[in-house]
Parts: sequence; structure tokens; C-alpha cells
Amino acid sequence: MHLKYESQLREPLVYGDKTYKQVTEDIVRPIEAKPTKLWYIGFYIAVALLMFGVYSVYREVTYGIGQWNLNKTVGWGWDITNFVWWVGIGHAGTLISAILLLFRQGWRTGVNRAAEAMTIFAVMCAGQFPIFHMGRVWMAFFVLPYPNTRGPLWVNFNSPLLWDVFAISTYFTVSLLFWYSGLLPDFATVRDRAFTKLRKRLYGIASFGWTGSTKHWQRHESLSLVLAGLSTPLVLSVHTIVSFDFATSVIPGWHTTIFPPYFVAGAIFSGFAMVQSLMIIVRKVFNMEDYVTIGHIEAMNKVIVLTGSIVGIAYLTELFMGWYSQNKYEGYTFWYSRANLFSPYGWSYWGMMACNVLSPQIFWFRKMRRNIFVTFFMSVIVNIGMWFERFVIIVTSLYRDYLPSSWSVYYSPSIYEIGFYAGTFGLFFTCFFLFAKYFPVIAVAEIKYVLKTTGEGYKNQMGNIEEQKLEEFVHEHAH
Amino acid sequence: MAKKKFVVGCFDDEAVLFPAVKKVRTAGFKIHDVYTPFAVHGLDHAMGLRETSLHTAGFIYGITGTSTAISCISWIFTKDWPLNIGGKPHFALPAWIPIIFELTVLFAAVGMVLTFCYLCQLAPFVKKHHFHARATDDLFVMVIECTDKTNVDDLKSFLQNNGAVETDVQIAEDGWWIGSYDKDEMRFENKQIVAA
Repeated sequence: MHLKYESQLREPLVYGDKTYKQVTEDIVRPIEAKPTKLWYIGFYIAVALLMFGVYSVYREVTYGIGQWNLNKTVGWGWDITNFVWWVGIGHAGTLISAILLLFRQGWRTGVNRAAEAMTIFAVMCAGQFPIFHMGRVWMAFFVLPYPNTRGPLWVNFNSPLLWDVFAISTYFTVSLLFWYSGLLPDFATVRDRAFTKLRKRLYGIASFGWTGSTKHWQRHESLSLVLAGLSTPLVLSVHTIVSFDFATSVIPGWHTTIFPPYFVAGAIFSGFAMVQSLMIIVRKVFNMEDYVTIGHIEAMNKVIVLTGSIVGIAYLTELFMGWYSQNKYEGYTFWYSRANLFSPYGWSYWGMMACNVLSPQIFWFRKMRRNIFVTFFMSVIVNIGMWFERFVIIVTSLYRDYLPSSWSVYYSPSIYEIGFYAGTFGLFFTCFFLFAKYFPVIAVAEIKYVLKTTGEGYKNQMGNIEEQKLEEFVHEHAH
Repeated sequence: MAKKKFVVGCFDDEAVLFPAVKKVRTAGFKIHDVYTPFAVHGLDHAMGLRETSLHTAGFIYGITGTSTAISCISWIFTKDWPLNIGGKPHFALPAWIPIIFELTVLFAAVGMVLTFCYLCQLAPFVKKHHFHARATDDLFVMVIECTDKTNVDDLKSFLQNNGAVETDVQIAEDGWWIGSYDKDEMRFENKQIVAA
């Protein structure tokens, strides 16, 4: 029997004495209701941002990379910063759904669906930057290894930039498959409740004819478990490979061996912060406080303080190594270009330190971890900090190269670089608004699965059994 | 496709369903399937279903990916177009590990999902008979296939005695066909939903 015992000391993951029916009602209701005014306003703002991005990309494609303010030494600027930032954000979803599944963390069920969706949208945004940075975007298919008439001239399999192509496209595909296979049963739930023909038809197509057969569930469980097992090293590999883009080069500031773990920790850090920002809004707007509880938020804040501190240790290690290596180029990059507040980009380094290392320490206090406003504010701060981190790594390492005659130019982005970044926000939120309206934002079937062990109502019943058993025990053993 | 006759028993609690499954099986009836709103652990064992071999298929797809990556890259870099990169060896296995790993994962994941869809006969535009619309909501629907000898009324009362909240007899097609769901019953027709 799967009615396993769970301690009363653990907080319930679902508040209220819910039945299976109520769970369905609560989660599917936003799909069946008309979108609110607020939804339309948010959606149109997102679409407007997206249009700005489309225009910026149009300028860049038509007139070339010169539309951006990249210069002789700063060949990677905002675009690669944004790429790494978005990929990092895209790490939380699969981490929550895969690694926490393997670690049997029950609280993942409340947030995994939205986090996975966020992952997919974030990776979509990230992919735009390297693709359009190519300049001649119509040649983008050159990165694929296929027999061609140019020799055949193959791609360089020894290059981290090609590893990135494979890593990110695999990550996107696997995350999408994982997400969609989890969605099938929930689409079937929406389909079977539908009261309009169109909805019945569309969700019928989307659900692939799912019936809920026991054999199908058995295979579905096996599929989820193996996909989780595959995704776990995949998540870690993706940001490791992104960090190789830097670490395998010989630029002072990039050429460090701690990059892979440091990037992965940073990715989880920013990803969880983004999940917090989105879930705090979603649970409020859709009245889902019973499913995404304060306990969920606290658990994610614990991950944030842990990964934030790992990132902090990495920053300090880099500084230490900048001095300890006695390499004057390393020392110059770390102690002058970064840590010196009065150097041209010192402000970005200290912004990063304040946002990523100092401010998350507030989450050592339980009261702060369980405070929604503090959490929301901090989640935004963390993502600003993580953007600064990538900016610091890229720009402060590049703007002063080995040739002092090319030092004079101060890199700041052009309006089209900013527009491109804003445009990916537009893409992300357009997708997220559509997701929130048309998809079950919480995994209905998975909540039902944990309801009997972690729901508040069942917990209370369990409490009585626990007391009874204790009485029996005392009665039997006390003489 | 041939139509068959089924007796349908609906349960509203998995704790009632488990003993019922056991009793129905010991009584000698053939359970066609049990439709549940979520994965009820142990139900496959209770019904006597075989373990799935999907993970084995996943492993085979994975090693296919590994060998595809190794063979393609080594052929390209040692035979087809040996590229001199700083005088380093052509067969640079350590540098290929990232791509070998990614292709392993990609092949395993895509292959498994396609196999899963094939085995469960899941695809867009596929339609299957639904014994109860609430099977994806809050009911556990046990479907028993009738033979010529089955006494339907006896079986229905047997299910009721074992905790079924609803019983029903249906003549339905087994399997799947191309179709859409919009002609099915609308359980909530004309229902007003209050905006969230």
C-alpha cells in the first residue's frame, strides 16, 4: 500500500483538507475561466517588448554586428552575458524535476511544472544570442556536422563552442520531452472536464489520447525515472560546457579550473531565484497558496543561500589565486579590473558582490526565508547580481588586453543590444503568460499522488493514528 | 474492430481499490484494465502486470548514441579530414567526451519517449474509448472483460459489495482510432466558471 507514514513534524505540502476532485478544480479552473484584465495587460506588455527585440534583431541582421557597440577587445559583450544568464536561469527547472526526483524531495511536485516551463523558455531565449551573434544568421546551419560540398569541411569537435551547440540543443530537447510527457495526463484531465467543443478537441490532440491505464502509468513512471536519471548529469554538463567556453581560453580572468562547479552553482542560484519570482506571482494570481506553500518557498530559499554561498567562495578563491599565483596578468585582472572599486568597471564587481554574496545571507534567518516580500525582493536582486557576474567575467577580462594601445574604449551597449535583451524578456514572458493561461501550472496528477501522505487533511488523520499507536505501545509495554 | 462487452466498476479511494482488485482476480475475472487519475504505486503488481522493459530500451538507445558519436567523430577527424590542430593527436578522445555524452543522453531520451508513445499507442489525433470521464479526475475505474459465461448482474453486485461507488455495463471498441473528443459527453455543459 502506498499510504506510507510521514512524520507530523514535516509541514504539509498541500494545505486544506482537499479531495482529489478539489485538486483538479483548483488547478484547472484558471484554464477554464476567461483571462483577467491583468493577464491581458501583462501579455501585451510582453508582446510589445518582444516586438522591440524583433526590431533590434532586424537592425542587427540587416546592417551587421556593427549595430552593437562591441569593439576591438570587447568582442563578447551584452549578448554573451545575456546568453550565459538565460542558460543559467534555465537550470532550475530540470534540477527541480530531475535531481529532486532522485532525492525523493516531495516538495518538488508543487513547483516542477512551472519551473520546467521556465527552463524551456529560458533556453529558447538563451539560444537567440549565439545564433544572432554569428552575424550572418542565415549561415547558422554551418554549426551542424553534415556532409557538405565544401570539402566536406567538418565542424571542429575539439572546440568548446561546438560542445555548446550539442549541449544546449540536447538540453532543450530532453527538457521539452520530460516536460511534455509529464503534461500528457494533465492535458487529459483538462480534456475530460472540458465543456466547450474547441477545448475538448484541442486538449484531446495535446493529450495524445491518454486514458490513465495502469500499464501506461507503469511505463510513464519508468520513463520519468530514467529521464530524471539522464537529466541529472545533463544539467550539470550544460553549464560546465558553457563555462568551458571561457575556461579553455588563455584570457586572464577566464583561464581558471574552478569555472565548471562555480558556474553550475551560479546557474542553480539564479534559476531558483527566477522560479521564486514567478511562483510568488502565480500562486497569488491563481489562488494557489495551498499548493505552492510557504514551505516550498522556504525550501527554495535554502537552496538559494547554499548556492549563493558556494558562488561567494568561488569569488574569494579567484581573488586569492589572483594573488597567490603571482601571475601579474591574473593579478591585474582580479585586483585592478575587478576588485578595485575605482577602476572603470569596479562598480559591476561590487554590485555583483553585494547582490550575490552579501544579501542572500539574510536567508540564514527562518523568518526571512518565510517572508514573501523579502523573498520576492531578494529573487530579483539575485538575478540582477547574476547578470552582473556574467558581465564582470566577460567584460572586465576583455576590456584591457595585452596591448595597452587598445585600452581606451569604454564598452557600453548600444540601444539595439539593450533592445535584443529586452526582446528576450518579451519572448520569455509571452511564452510564460500563454503557459499560465492554457497549461496546468501545477502537475495535477503528481499533487494527487502526494496528497495522501503530505496533504494537511491526511496529516491530521495520521496524527490521530500516531497518537493511538503510541497509546497502544505504552499500554503494551508499561506494567 | 470487434466490440466487446465490459463491466465497469468505479472506486473513489485507492485504499478500497486494492482489496477489490485482489478479490476480483481471485474470483477468476479477467481485469481488462484499471484507469486511475495518477500513478498508484503497487497497482501494477496487484493486477499481476509484468515489469516494463522501457528502461532496457533506454539503455540500448543510449549506447547507440555513444557509439554513433565515437564512430562519426573518429572517422571524420582521423580518416575523412584529419585536421592539424596545434600538432595535437587526431584521435583526441578526451576532447570528444562532452559531445559523446550529450549524444548518449539525446538518443536515450528521444528513443525512450518514442518507444513509450508507441507502446502506449499515444499520438496526436488518437482517440480511445473512455469508460468513465472522471477516470482522469478523481475516480479509479476498474474494467472487467465479459465472456459468454459472465453473469453481468452478479459481477456488478460483486463489485458493489467490494466498495464500487458506481457500476456500469459498456459495449466498447478495444484499441485506438483516429478521431477527436469533441463529440463526447460534456460533463460540465453550460457550467459557469468564476474567473480566478
